[in-house]
Amino acid sequence: MSVLSTVATITASHTGRAEPLTTVRHQHLDEQPFVLVPLTLAGEACAPLAALAGTDPERPMLLTVRQPRNRAERFRFAERLATLLLAYIDGCRTETEPYTVGRGKEKEERLRFQRAPQLLVPNGEGIAYVRLLGRLTRLRATEGPYAVDPSVPALGKWLTWFADLAEFPNSGALLAMTRLLAANWATGQSSSEDSHLASLFAWIDPPEDSDGARAAREAEDPAVWPPAGPSTDPVFDRTLHALMTRYDDASDDRGREAVGRQIDHELSGQMLPTWRLMWRGVELLRELPEGAHVPGRWDLDRRWFSEYVEYLDADGRPQARRDQAVRAARRLARLEDAVTRFEAERAFDDPLVMAEYELTGEAFTGTVTARDEDRFIPGDRPGSQVWRPTIVLRTDTRVGLAVGTEVKSPARPGQEARILEVRQEDGAGHTVVLQLKGGFARKRTPPAPPGTLAETGEELTYTTLNPTAMPSVLPDEENTPWTHGGPPQPYEPTDEDAEETWE
Amino acid sequence: MPSQQSEHPDDRLARLRGPQPPQPYTARKITALTANPACARRAVLDAAGVDKALLAQQVGYEPRFGQSPFALAREQAFHSLVKWGSYAELIRLLREQLSVPVAEAHVTDLNEVGGNTALHLRERETRRLIAHVASGQDIRLILDRPVLTLQVAGRTAYLEPDALTHRIEGKFHVVLIRSFAAIDGQANPTAVAEAAKQAAVYVLALHRAFETASLPTEQISHEFLLVCPKDFSNRPYGRLIDLRQELDALQFQLSRLRRAEDLAAQLPGTATLDTARSAGELSSSIEALDASYTPSCLSFCEMARYCRDEADGCASPARLGSGVRNDLPGIDSTRTALDYLDGVAAPGEAEAEAVDLLRAAARLRRLRRRAA
Ligand code: SF4
Repeated sequence: MSVLSTVATITASHTGRAEPLTTVRHQHLDEQPFVLVPLTLAGEACAPLAALAGTDPERPMLLTVRQPRNRAERFRFAERLATLLLAYIDGCRTETEPYTVGRGKEKEERLRFQRAPQLLVPNGEGIAYVRLLGRLTRLRATEGPYAVDPSVPALGKWLTWFADLAEFPNSGALLAMTRLLAANWATGQSSSEDSHLASLFAWIDPPEDSDGARAAREAEDPAVWPPAGPSTDPVFDRTLHALMTRYDDASDDRGREAVGRQIDHELSGQMLPTWRLMWRGVELLRELPEGAHVPGRWDLDRRWFSEYVEYLDADGRPQARRDQAVRAARRLARLEDAVTRFEAERAFDDPLVMAEYELTGEAFTGTVTARDEDRFIPGDRPGSQVWRPTIVLRTDTRVGLAVGTEVKSPARPGQEARILEVRQEDGAGHTVVLQLKGGFARKRTPPAPPGTLAETGEELTYTTLNPTAMPSVLPDEENTPWTHGGPPQPYEPTDEDAEETWE
Repeated sequence: MPSQQSEHPDDRLARLRGPQPPQPYTARKITALTANPACARRAVLDAAGVDKALLAQQVGYEPRFGQSPFALAREQAFHSLVKWGSYAELIRLLREQLSVPVAEAHVTDLNEVGGNTALHLRERETRRLIAHVASGQDIRLILDRPVLTLQVAGRTAYLEPDALTHRIEGKFHVVLIRSFAAIDGQANPTAVAEAAKQAAVYVLALHRAFETASLPTEQISHEFLLVCPKDFSNRPYGRLIDLRQELDALQFQLSRLRRAEDLAAQLPGTATLDTARSAGELSSSIEALDASYTPSCLSFCEMARYCRDEADGCASPARLGSGVRNDLPGIDSTRTALDYLDGVAAPGEAEAEAVDLLRAAARLRRLRRRAA
């Protein structure tokens, strides 16, 4: 939590309305996301109870398990979810477009789909649910004594794919609504309260005649706003328990079906408010303009999607129970790169995020007071001269960066800059002299093409963050040396995996 | 009315509670107490054995705790599965996981002693059996639901771990049976951490029991056996978990807990926590006890919603979480912080630095939002 968000939080707590933390949205929001609101049976690891799912806000598909202790019913639930989700994923296998990977000699042309699936769940526990259900279903065998429908392991592999990407902040494949909203708004409550979807909403979008604080309190009443799941409200569970007992005890099929419909009705009632909030959240987030780097990140998701489709078509073995050491290490390195890059991109796209770095001294903003367009300095080769113009920035805040530091400006991200001098001025503020290199439309001598060199009077921000920093280089998986166990092998599910009880 | 000085502290706490039967201390309560050791309110309520859920309800705050019948049924089923056939599953786990060379052991059920369920009797019997096993006379004995004691904030807590195993390589192990699953060998870390904290309470109590009986405490393992369902089944799975860190932390926190009776003695003579009394009387007595609300209270304390409204009322920074509280060092109200920001009040010397940073942040927020 930054001091900026502290200011936003205490302000919100007194005005009774959420305060913006960003000026743009940093996640891709698809035209047609797949929304999943799941419920599980209390007390068990991943016993699905019900779900509302689909891509049409007006027509959620209701899936229920009327008797969760029945193994067959559980797998029927998985099959029905698979039908919906796999069809959606299939719909994303659209036209392809070419893109290039690598640089120089390694350069390669590949194809990717023009769409990728996006799965939205209410909260962080929803993501954990996706992961567990994926783990549970992907290792099942489609032949033999415990055979399940082929759609079940297929569902499991995709759910696992989503859950794995959810850890990467630069992916929008699987997102939790509470996290999306809390990234863009500060409320006047604690972050643990923010993980409750209805109270979070109460602050961001309070009813006309109320304020955030009051509405959030009301939203905590599970009788009015059932929990966003996957855990259910214990009081509701009593009703459900009674109904399920009646369902079991029903004397004939007609009676059983009648109680079954009542169970469906009750479960649907528990999920509908959350379903509506999910789509209201989509609306609210769409109102925010998209950050400049967002499309680039979505390109990456489409690439990952295309690669996984290709893998499934060619091989199709499920993800392992646990990553092997090599794969885990690679994943960790990729994750670290992704986090650093995402943070930098966010700051470049959003002055309000950049302000956090200004406050900690990793960035500063000033007005250009002078520039030296015709400056040359001795080059590397003896006698050579290279063109290195300078600009002078005047800022009224503290500059925490030292002489010699390489910095970049979101205004001209392709231009390298180095701090030559930092002078403390009388009164407040500093003067900073920056030497510039590159970003002059390939010109090596003055004059600078229009717009490539800052004008006096222009306000600029410079920072040590760098969204184009090269990621750490790791050898290809195929080239893992034998000292590290050789290339990781895909996971072979065992009979034991297939037999695993789920009841 | 007896004067406060002459009153026995236990009487004072009992009088505060009124005629209602006292709620026992449980391991969960103790870990909650040590999670918020600064809270005098909770210390007194627990020491007096007040039913906090009922109390919260009486002052208008229905606590949002409760167990689902599904969870309850599952828990009971799992417990009985582990205990079935004289703990056959537990013995299997001991054999597999800890290479214990025993095929069977006998079990003493300490849920009652000769038909009597009184805690002090069960506790005495537990101590007798521990001495018996510790002396090496009967090493293959599992104690089912033994009773141990611990002094907490000046009051005796009776504790009931699920089981205590016989000696394994000379050591006693506390066993906790939990119904959250371990999937591919990993259980929910929050749930495991909570179980470990509770196990530490039992291990500490076991230490006390050994000390009172002048038995060598080296016989107590600093690891406990956590038994939970494996993957998506309900087949028991067990793992030993090291408790040294939890034990140190617990000991430290317990030593810091102020004696509840000292705290209670500071209450006015008319104070009452008797849940049969009026909401007004109760509220004013509760208010007289200092609380220390943080958002984590919501997850473990029945009084949380009451304390939260109180914290809102005085705009306590801690109600918004530790991030906000740490950014406002020495400033005890967010209203004051905003006054500093708006320039309607001037901070003292001690607060100046923090306020400067806040002002810079507020200024940047204004500027950058406009820029966008
Ligand atoms: S909720 Fe209130 S009584 Fe309970 S620990 Fe927190 S501050 Fe203390």
